[in-house]
Amino acid sequence: MSGPILALISLAGGVPDRGSLEALSVARGLAVAGDAALEAVLVADAPAARAAVGSLAGSGVTTAIAIEHETLTTDHPDGWAAAIAQLVERRAPDAVVGVGTERGNDLMARVGARLSWPMAANCLTVEPGERWRLTRQRWAGSMIEECWLDAPVRLLTVAPNTVAIPAPDGSAVPAVEPVSVTLVDADLAVHVTSREASERGGISLGDAKVVVGGGRGVGSGEGFSDLEELAGLLGGAVGGSRVVTSAGWRPHADQIGQTGLRIAPDIYIACGISGAIQHIVGCKAAKHILAINTDAEAPIMGVADYAVIGDLHTVVPAISAEIRRRAAVRA
Amino acid sequence: MNILVCVKRVPATGGRIVLTPDGSDIDVRFLGFTVSPHEECAVEEAVRIVEAHGGSSSVLTLGPVAAEEQLRDAMAIGIDRAVLLETDGHDWDPVATAEAIVEAIRAQEAAGDPFDLILFGNESADSGGFQVGIRVAFALHRPCVTGVKALRIGDAGTRTATARREAPGGGWESFEVTLPAVISVKEGINLPRYPSVPGRLRAKKKDIERSTPAERPGGLEKIVLRLPQREATVAEVLGQGADAAPAVVDLLARIGVLGR
Ligand SMILES: Cc1cc2nc3c(=O)[nH]c(=O)nc-3n(C[C@H](O)[C@H](O)[C@H](O)COP(=O)(O)OP(=O)(O)OC[C@H]3O[C@@H](n4cnc5c(N)ncnc54)[C@H](O)[C@@H]3O)c2cc1C
Ligand SMILES: Nc1ncnc2c1ncn2[C@@H]1O[C@H](COP(=O)(O)O)[C@@H](O)[C@H]1O
Repeated sequence: MSGPILALISLAGGVPDRGSLEALSVARGLAVAGDAALEAVLVADAPAARAAVGSLAGSGVTTAIAIEHETLTTDHPDGWAAAIAQLVERRAPDAVVGVGTERGNDLMARVGARLSWPMAANCLTVEPGERWRLTRQRWAGSMIEECWLDAPVRLLTVAPNTVAIPAPDGSAVPAVEPVSVTLVDADLAVHVTSREASERGGISLGDAKVVVGGGRGVGSGEGFSDLEELAGLLGGAVGGSRVVTSAGWRPHADQIGQTGLRIAPDIYIACGISGAIQHIVGCKAAKHILAINTDAEAPIMGVADYAVIGDLHTVVPAISAEIRRRAAVRA
Repeated sequence: MNILVCVKRVPATGGRIVLTPDGSDIDVRFLGFTVSPHEECAVEEAVRIVEAHGGSSSVLTLGPVAAEEQLRDAMAIGIDRAVLLETDGHDWDPVATAEAIVEAIRAQEAAGDPFDLILFGNESADSGGFQVGIRVAFALHRPCVTGVKALRIGDAGTRTATARREAPGGGWESFEVTLPAVISVKEGINLPRYPSVPGRLRAKKKDIERSTPAERPGGLEKIVLRLPQREATVAEVLGQGADAAPAVVDLLARIGVLGR
């Protein structure tokens, strides 16, 4: 009999977020393989944690751990790391599985630092055994690394949007186990001291159904007016490659890719973009990709579903004109 | 302000990645090298803080001798000094990397001024471990904020800094930390300048401090690399130039994004 598997669950709108359900799915696989208990640690302020336990019915979780501490909130990254490190010492799990989001990776790294153990970020598969063998994402998912993770407790996060979430089975709502932790002032020193709302209005790039992306081929900041026009007609948003944000043609918030935004629109229209791997990881989740490029051999042609070969400053205005023409005919 | 920035040399892969025959690494024979955009921004941030508040900036890397190139790139835009922790070029795991950096920081601080601020990239471009900065901060008992997209140094005498990052549900959250602190930076915090020709010439002549740390592997060991399985799609060419417009609009209609 091995130690339990701990899954770290964060909440969005009072229920486990998607990434946490993916982590839970991986953790469950490990628990089944090792004939071990599956325990969920709710990374949430205690009242929210207790309220969310019901949503873990059908997930195979036997125990839901709610961390109790009078000042600890999700605004304290080190406080949470200290709490989880204490939990690990008490329960001696075989693995702690979290989600590979910014916050999830930050937390697991802090746990690893405290325990002086390795941590593997953005894992895709986990094979327990004499030595644990993992696959994990490198280059934001453009490449896969197979590796060994050797530690008494395996700390790992699951790459978001890579794991299927099983439908709930008949397993019951887990029992809630309140666990109190002891934190020192240093654990609570780093905390959120203020918040601000986002200053950007309009259709956000992250949510838009249509994204018109521009790259070096657009040629200038002014050159984006053609793309703005098309995006406007389609109720979409404009984004771009790193070349255009580095040149100051667009703000960094518009950057799609490894060090920018990941988007998943119905269609991504990539104009004057060559298709570097660091760009593609940001847009490959689009349902359809249309590339508009003067170069029929550009790497983007290997990922695009559709292509138009030509100068974007001719093609894009022609598309806008055609949309307008058809709208006028219909009216 | 005395600031240290840590950067990692990585291949500048373009449209396609080619692996070495044994899959142990990227075939870099035809590639240039760079650092993560996050780290470029960390370098720029250090230069700007020193411009605004005075002090001195250093850049450090753990990597092969060839990583001098990345150190000189940083000095070309205004970093004052550089430290190379020389390896044989194979990738160290994050625990080993952090440990070597911590030892180097301790040695630097014992020999000179302590660092008020140590800047990292949020994640390295290649291995993306999301942890070296956090491990270094913990070992040095310094506060650490990750994912930072705005950094403000407090008024002289306060020994604080305010670090702002994107909040998970949208908007921003800020942390006020006491210095010395560790901050990991994301691209977008600033727009890095391009190096000037005199800057490049000055950087070329500067000394680089070197040492050769011992590697103590930390338990995450690379076996092999591979590329994700992806059916190679062949794009359906809808046409050439403006003549393609009707076919494009047909497509937009077909997939239901054309509006009513
Ligand atoms: C660690 C790392 C992270 C990175 N992160 C990102 C990221 O988040 N996002 C990102 O985008 N990049 C990122 N990059 C940069 C990336 O490697 C590429 O340099 C970048 O994506 C190239 O941008 P581009 O396609 O606009 O420019 P180019 O590669 O220069 O391509 C321009 C394209 O435009 C075409 N073209 C030129 N003129 C016209 C015209 N008139 N009409 C139509 N087509 C035309 C050309 O044929 C060419 O295909 C990163 C790089 C590194 C090393
Ligand atoms: N070999 C290295 N030398 C110097 N700094 C590094 C090295 N590896 C990682 N770092 C720093 O640590 C950050 C996070 O790296 P990682 O934990 O690998 O994602 C990077 O953005 C760099 O700032």
